[in-house]
Amino acid sequence: MKQKSVAVVGAAETTKMGVIPDLSTIGLHADAALNALADCGLKPSDIDGVATAGISPTELAWYLGIKPTWADGTQVGGCSFMLHVRHAAAAINEGLCNTVLITHGESGKSRVGAGRFGGGGGSSLNGQFEMPYGPAGPPTMFTIPVLRYLKTYGLTEEALAWPAVIQREWAAKNPRSTFKDPISVDDVMNSRMIAWPFRILMCCLVTDGGGALILTSAERAKDFPTKPVYVLGTGESVETPLISQMYDATSSTAFKISGKKAFEEAGIKHADVDHLMVYDAFAHLPLYGLEDLGFCKPGEAADFIKERNTAIGGKLPMNTNGGGLSYMHSGMYGMYALQESVRQMRGVAPAQVPGAKISVCQGVGGMFGAAGTVIFSNEAP
Amino acid sequence: MPPRMLPDPTPETRHFWDGCREGELRLQRCSSCSESYFPPRPFCPKCGSRDVETYKASGKAVLWSYVINMRPRPDMGTEPYAIAVVKLDEGPTMMTNIVDCPQTPEALQLDMPLQVSFSKQSDDISLPLFAPAK
Ligand SMILES: [Zn+2]
Repeated sequence: MKQKSVAVVGAAETTKMGVIPDLSTIGLHADAALNALADCGLKPSDIDGVATAGISPTELAWYLGIKPTWADGTQVGGCSFMLHVRHAAAAINEGLCNTVLITHGESGKSRVGAGRFGGGGGSSLNGQFEMPYGPAGPPTMFTIPVLRYLKTYGLTEEALAWPAVIQREWAAKNPRSTFKDPISVDDVMNSRMIAWPFRILMCCLVTDGGGALILTSAERAKDFPTKPVYVLGTGESVETPLISQMYDATSSTAFKISGKKAFEEAGIKHADVDHLMVYDAFAHLPLYGLEDLGFCKPGEAADFIKERNTAIGGKLPMNTNGGGLSYMHSGMYGMYALQESVRQMRGVAPAQVPGAKISVCQGVGGMFGAAGTVIFSNEAP
Repeated sequence: MPPRMLPDPTPETRHFWDGCREGELRLQRCSSCSESYFPPRPFCPKCGSRDVETYKASGKAVLWSYVINMRPRPDMGTEPYAIAVVKLDEGPTMMTNIVDCPQTPEALQLDMPLQVSFSKQSDDISLPLFAPAK
């Protein structure tokens, strides 16, 4: 895509975050959408492009009274929204629509108007070749490659404790974080075992929430009341629906492809990056993300985090909202990573990185099934 | 205990599940590029050729990676169990369970040699599980 040809002009999360028993799934989408519209002074009738995952774009458009000329229902899990940003940028550049609304809402904890998790039936690939062996949700599947990763690089389980400890420090600065109290490596290593080697403090939260973004051309973005956040580069890829069939257990091929494409499009080097979000459903995701995006050599991300490079005051602040481990995680967390990147680029994040100009936002979909990367800049083209 | 979740074979995978019932681990191999692959499909995922053959694999594997699920799924009993990925001698990886072995990190060492062991679940379905090689 063309650098900085499209910008985020509206961005907001749901009014409440965490436990929201009074809103259904589609209600969370709508609450976030209305907040994002208010953020940039638009009405639903000003929107002519819609994209969402979890519900269909048809449901979203009709519920809000939008009659779009472009719709995208790309549904590849938690990074779907990164792909929506990428597709929306292309659609706007191609003239398919002018103003795109992307929404997420998920009653992850309260399960109001929510479907059941997973399940393609016994004849699906997953139903035939994984489910018979007893996986019981993401904590017992997404985590399976990690012992191989640890052995390959001579690491111990403590490598999985550091991301949780450092991100909790960020979360403490965020009033909307679910968890704010400091934790130590010992706390993580002594927390309840969920699926060896994963303990509960290495696993994400389960909460309710939503978020929405509004994008338009960079030219039109100048007329909005909000500070435009330009899309500098994007990437996407998909890998496998089966965790047992990753091309390499120690690295996400989809991350590598998506990240490389986004960096190429953005025309930046790693040293140019001021802020990083890596979707952290579990504590190994930041390790894979740092390595597969090229910020660290293979096997070195845990030490990189331990040495406080991603902590407050570090050279690469990462997951500055507290992440899925401490801030919130509704199921498809990618939208919240995007929201935090936008806040950092607007200069309004609760834990603002001083002077940040470029933010990289990396999402994962399914269990290493898909990846999406969006690189933002707050400097005008 | 509810009945265990079992596979529902499709035309493309039927030969694999028939093999398990008959005590054979069947893989597929490309006649063009000789790639062995899994799960079954009627073409080679490496080169796209439809010219593939089914063959009996050795059943030998090593323990590639795993977790020990401390919160058993209702159809899997009440004790913690490992959900494992094994790497077959022929190259492909597959998900399975490890049997005849304590379900502990101490007993389950990565790269330990394993041998397939079929576990009858119904008249149609036997699951390919793996035990430490003798
Ligand atoms: Zn081939």
